[in-house]
Amino acid sequence: MSDSLPLLQASRVSVRFPTENRQTVKAVTEVSISIGRGEVFGLVGESGSGKTTLGKALLRLVAPSSGSIHFDGVDIATMGPDDLRRFRTRMQVIFQDPFGSLNPRMTVESILTEAALLVESKASLAPRLAELLDLVGLPSSSLPRHPHEFSGGQRQRICIARALAVRPEFIVADEPVSALDVSIQAQIVNLLQDLQKELGLTMLFIAHDLAVVRHISDRIGVMYLGRMMETGPADVIVSDPAHPYSKALLSAVPVPNPATRVTRQVLSGDLPSPINPPSGCVFRTRCPVAVTECSQSVPELLPVSENQSMACLMRPTGEA
Amino acid sequence: MNDLRRRLVRSPVALVSVSILGLMLLLALFAPWVSPVDPGAIDIRTRLTPPSWMDGGSSDHVLGTDNVGRDVLSRIIHGARVSLFVGVATVLLGGIFGSVLGLIAGYFRGWVETVIMRLVDIQLAFPSILLAVAIMALVGPSMMNVVIVLSIATWAPFCRVARGQTLQVCNQEYITAAEALGLRDWTIMWRHVVPNIINPLIVVASFALATNIINEASLSFLGVGVPPSTPTWGGMLGEGRNYLRIAWWVSTLPGIALMLSVYSVNMLGDWLRDVYDPRIGD
Repeated sequence: MSDSLPLLQASRVSVRFPTENRQTVKAVTEVSISIGRGEVFGLVGESGSGKTTLGKALLRLVAPSSGSIHFDGVDIATMGPDDLRRFRTRMQVIFQDPFGSLNPRMTVESILTEAALLVESKASLAPRLAELLDLVGLPSSSLPRHPHEFSGGQRQRICIARALAVRPEFIVADEPVSALDVSIQAQIVNLLQDLQKELGLTMLFIAHDLAVVRHISDRIGVMYLGRMMETGPADVIVSDPAHPYSKALLSAVPVPNPATRVTRQVLSGDLPSPINPPSGCVFRTRCPVAVTECSQSVPELLPVSENQSMACLMRPTGEA
Repeated sequence: MNDLRRRLVRSPVALVSVSILGLMLLLALFAPWVSPVDPGAIDIRTRLTPPSWMDGGSSDHVLGTDNVGRDVLSRIIHGARVSLFVGVATVLLGGIFGSVLGLIAGYFRGWVETVIMRLVDIQLAFPSILLAVAIMALVGPSMMNVVIVLSIATWAPFCRVARGQTLQVCNQEYITAAEALGLRDWTIMWRHVVPNIINPLIVVASFALATNIINEASLSFLGVGVPPSTPTWGGMLGEGRNYLRIAWWVSTLPGIALMLSVYSVNMLGDWLRDVYDPRIGD
């Protein structure tokens, strides 16, 4: 329970899935990540970059094929099923789709009760349910109702309440607002931010939208084709990214000012297949500054400044 | 449930089916009290009496008598007991057994799934009525044996549907969320999977009920089903067959009862399928 240690420290985590015709999808490759207590780590990248799989691997919802994951000093990557089940209440997940993530046959009350009873006594259940609804801003009249009676934003609030019901220390929010109306997105992001501060939660916030992530995150990691390309403080990644992929991702963010002229750096081509990723740097096939060396060796994630690291041969100072 | 009732009232076919089945069920339950005479009472003097509305009919035997003078109406009423009991019992036994296996196959996947689904394939490769006749010939006629044999012939479709539905449900994120809470597998299966796969299984059950009512009648018709001392529709069809030209009522009337029940169950099944999920059906 040392405070100096990060709450979550994953090193060289890889996740591979077999496909039906005996190939292997390299969903996540050698990603190292550490998240301090009370920190919000934003994870960005386009669809298929392995963000969701990494988030699930950190929760052991998928088994990593190699690497270690230490949660509060305990290695959960190799934990047995019984220990793991008891451990699970310490970390929770909020999904993208608030329609598929609630059992349509259960009432809000039974959904929250099921989770709360894992850590609460029967006597404290009723006040706890009221407290949970209050935390996420739902009326107490919600309890006897079914998920289909709620809107997308309200359903996401139910999902958040369910995750909070077990008093977790760490939450993976997997694109929690991508499926919602734009008008609702800000409400949910603000709610998550408030809850994070109020309850001192540690959070991994996954999104493909840099604008949403910068708002809530302390640090940001940029993923591409299963690898971590760059990590750094949120404001630095957003204002002064070092990696060519981060730059391209950033220039795709719309600027709400028609007078601002942005030089869009549009990436050509599609995301290569994670079954057969490019040799060397996985980004080289779409990279505007790639050179022949990029196909030779895989760049390590190395510091470029005090807090910022990136995986690219083209170091800002020119050294290789 | 309220929704179901509202839709039932709006569908005349379903309403008629439910009424017929309800009537059959009442007759079956209260057979000893509602049947006019003892269904086993033999009276050779009044054998092959036609129904009361025909020439030579008598009001003592409204639907006539068979070749040894037993009352056809009483026998049809008592026969409803056997048909419905065997139908419901086999669907419950085979249905629960098959559904549980399908649930296990779809939830745990891996070699468990492979083994169970190969068993289903093997089971479905046998014509079920042939298998039933063969087993019945071996174990001998009795009500219990009929129920067991027909249950064996019933479980496979339940297993298939349960597995398919479980696979679908397990892709939903509420299952992952339940896993993330650290709930036990059996809790997840019982609380999160079963309630979401039950509707299609009810539809399968309705069709299996119709099939098994017919199968029981077939076994009795062939003389390898329920022992002949118990009146059954299938048995009556078989016995009356020889007198079809001189006394059509002996086998035709239980045939009509059989047809009405099966038709009603099928119509109800069709309706349930439309209500629950228009995409299911084979």
